[in-house]
Amino acid sequence: MASFYQLDFEQPVRELDKRIAAAERGASDDAQLPAPALGGVEPHPPAESGELRALRAERLTLLASLYEQLSPWNTVRVARHPQRPQSGDYIALMCREFTELHGDRRYGDDPAIITGFARLGHHKVLMVGHQKGRDTQEKLACHFGCAHPEGYRKALAKMKLAEKFGVPVVTLVDTPGAYPGLGAEERGQAEAIAVNLREMSRLKVPIVSIIIGEGGSGGALGIAVADRVAMLQHAWYSVISPEGCAAILWKQANEQTNVSSAKALRLTARDNLKLSIIDAIVPEPPGAAHRDPAGAAQALADWIVAQLDELTAETTEDLLQARYDRFRRLGEFEESAEPEPTPELTP
Amino acid sequence: MPQVVTRTWTQLKPARKAAIPEGLWLRCPGCAQLIYRRQMEANLHVCPECTHHFRISAEQRIAQLCDAGSFTPMFTGLSSGDPLRFRDLKAYPDRIRAEQIKTGQRDGCQAGEAFIKGRPVMLACLDLTFMMGSMGSVVGEILTRAIEHATKSDLPLIVVSCSGGARMQEAGLSLMQMAKTSAALARLDDAGGLFISVLTDPTTGGVTASFAMLGDVIIAEPRALIGFAGPRVIRQTIRQDLPDGFQRSEFLLAKGMVDRVAPRAELRSEIARLIDYSGK
Ligand SMILES: [Zn+2]
Repeated sequence: MASFYQLDFEQPVRELDKRIAAAERGASDDAQLPAPALGGVEPHPPAESGELRALRAERLTLLASLYEQLSPWNTVRVARHPQRPQSGDYIALMCREFTELHGDRRYGDDPAIITGFARLGHHKVLMVGHQKGRDTQEKLACHFGCAHPEGYRKALAKMKLAEKFGVPVVTLVDTPGAYPGLGAEERGQAEAIAVNLREMSRLKVPIVSIIIGEGGSGGALGIAVADRVAMLQHAWYSVISPEGCAAILWKQANEQTNVSSAKALRLTARDNLKLSIIDAIVPEPPGAAHRDPAGAAQALADWIVAQLDELTAETTEDLLQARYDRFRRLGEFEESAEPEPTPELTP
Repeated sequence: MPQVVTRTWTQLKPARKAAIPEGLWLRCPGCAQLIYRRQMEANLHVCPECTHHFRISAEQRIAQLCDAGSFTPMFTGLSSGDPLRFRDLKAYPDRIRAEQIKTGQRDGCQAGEAFIKGRPVMLACLDLTFMMGSMGSVVGEILTRAIEHATKSDLPLIVVSCSGGARMQEAGLSLMQMAKTSAALARLDDAGGLFISVLTDPTTGGVTASFAMLGDVIIAEPRALIGFAGPRVIRQTIRQDLPDGFQRSEFLLAKGMVDRVAPRAELRSEIARLIDYSGK
């Protein structure tokens, strides 16, 4: 698994990093570090050499150009990067006084979906987000971001509470898919997701959703029926994972078929925007969110606040009609001009 | 936006299916007995020996459920585009074309107004014979129009599901059909409408995780496979064998996920009775 995340397309960056490190060593050998000033004021760092500055600039340009033309399969790999910020990180970086609320009051508390009230900019919001887990223990508890029915039911229960309070909902989507297991099926995984789709479509407060990493299938959509849907630049969103699709349609999942199915599934932010499945792409810092979580969080927060500013100004009726229309028009088909049989009841 | 094409379906419509082998006898997958095909068919495609429910097409389902001659097809002009230019081992339009020739249907769902035991209903049936009844834009659109029509006309909505789930070849757009159909059902519910969801073998994936599990009443045919994830995926994930009867109708009944398990022969009277209780 580890070697998978040695993102091979970043090889040129690693080369450059070595040269920068070498240049830094050269610089610190030359520079005489000034003694700390009295009063504990930090000394200014030594002025960078022209070479170092040039190298750093080159690195930024290189990162930007590599990530500008990421292939769909490499997008999936970036979206799964182990250092990529998760919902918990974004909430910590974007929100104040996050007050987590646990449990679905029916079965349990699924850590794969976290929910709670918080302040985001000048808005009070309910935050809902998939959590994959950072260390091994948390990852196992979260089933690597694959939620159980109790996770979806917790999300809905808290959204209903937000509706009662008149507080808008912000959801952060990051899941390979809903958990496929015995308990999940027994407790009605399908029903839990289906009910969320129906209830979110008529929840009487604004909903904003962002796919921050992986947007895998119904497990993602289960918290992503919203007035505005965006993707972070290097997230993916589709009906199935590329591996799942490759295993079924290409009869086997391997590096080559994964590349093909990732391309076929139109899972990148750009493709989803083209298909009107999402409304916006939130740009990530050069070299993706894992290189600059704070920068990514800032861009995300700015976008969310802008949407909430608009959405909270609308009447509930307009809001719900627009949300219905948003999903109602999705789908592409041909319709022949042939007259339909008249739908008259003639038993 | 839907694109209006001028070619007519009669130009495209192939000769009626000749693909299904028509032996006099067949072996029942339920009891492994040789059974007389005619007798099985006359018994609503249920094995006379062991009551195994054979899978049937939307056309056969409609004929079984509705009062004779009462079904008026609607939304029949829709067929798939190729919005993603999807190509796996085969190009999507070629797949669609092959399925159309095999089944004589445009896509995997038929809907229309009908009568069931004299009660007017809006009926939609998924068609397993067309790309495993998978839900793409056409199926999602037909279902949504059916739901909206039921809402507007205050007709009880009956949907008979059988599907492998969302249609991968339409990727994100097929995923969106889950939200679209569920949102339409919210409006039917707001309007006080009745939705009876009938689950048949197999109902899985994105179909189960959207409209199929949203019935006011959910009826399952006996022994139908019903679930979110397919058994193969679950087995791979948990690396153990699945218990006997897992994800079958009777299992869902025991777990509280469906209201009733009803044999095919009783579906008509089950539906009629529920309509009467709903006051529709
Ligand atoms: Zn039998």
